[in-house]
Amino acid sequence: MQVRILVRLKPGVLDPQGRAVHHALEGMGFVGVEDVRVGRLIELDVADGTDHAAITAMCEKLLANTVIESFSIETEGSL
Amino acid sequence: MTFRAAVVTFPGSNCDRDMATALEAVSGTPALRVWHGDADLPDRLDLIALPGGFSYGDYLRSGAMAATSPVMRAVVSAADRGVPVLGVCNGFQVLTEARLLPGALLRNAGQRFICRTVGLTVENSGSLFTAGYSAGEHICVPVAHHDGNYYADAETLDRIEGEGRVAFRYAGACNGSARDIAGVLSANGRVLGMMPHPERAVETAVVPAMGGTDGRRLFESVIAAFASA
Repeated sequence: MQVRILVRLKPGVLDPQGRAVHHALEGMGFVGVEDVRVGRLIELDVADGTDHAAITAMCEKLLANTVIESFSIETEGSL
Repeated sequence: MTFRAAVVTFPGSNCDRDMATALEAVSGTPALRVWHGDADLPDRLDLIALPGGFSYGDYLRSGAMAATSPVMRAVVSAADRGVPVLGVCNGFQVLTEARLLPGALLRNAGQRFICRTVGLTVENSGSLFTAGYSAGEHICVPVAHHDGNYYADAETLDRIEGEGRVAFRYAGACNGSARDIAGVLSANGRVLGMMPHPERAVETAVVPAMGGTDGRRLFESVIAAFASA
């Protein structure tokens, strides 16, 4: 079963990387970009039937640092 | 009784030898060395030091992988028993990832790696690690990091400030850290995480022009606490 986990910095947490990318886009002449936030996509291939609680635990214990990051989980059906 | 300190080495640690050298220089006793895969620590430890470096290549987040290593389970358990733990630089990142300290270390606000000696203000001189300093004292200690931008939510910052758990503050803007926090203590004051490298500021004979010796008293403080225990 394919699982996609999107890890994002929480609102309000400074994202210097996003800011640098934003600056680069403007430097390239792209206009109208209001903000850029850089996150992380983690793809897992897990045994069929792996329950949501187990995936949530993986996110909370390792894949995301919930002090600074939020995460969302998409499983096969919802991809 | 001799002072028993252990220095943990993770794959990618690169300040472990400096830490061991500093501990031996100040205590007169060689530090024990522990590998990340060791599930058990030596017994009767008076200090556990987590060194700087780039453990596990900083994969996922700085310190995140190291925080899950077998030795960290033993370190968390030792910290729970009150064994003093010092985390410097990557060691600080590991301590926050292991939730032994609040907050997190983000990429420096200016995006650049910062490698220079910085001024610090000693905020709390009452801890095991800082008793050799005076509150408000200005000291100089080197930093070398890319992810040293301390972050915690406002409520947590207010709480740790109110509890006197900010050990050191940058005397001037450094890396974007919330409230210029450079070092944080645990609730019981026995775990210290800091981005600056006290182990690089112990002996003038090594690199006379760099570092100074302002880091030395941190180790002396821990050893003095051990000696008087």
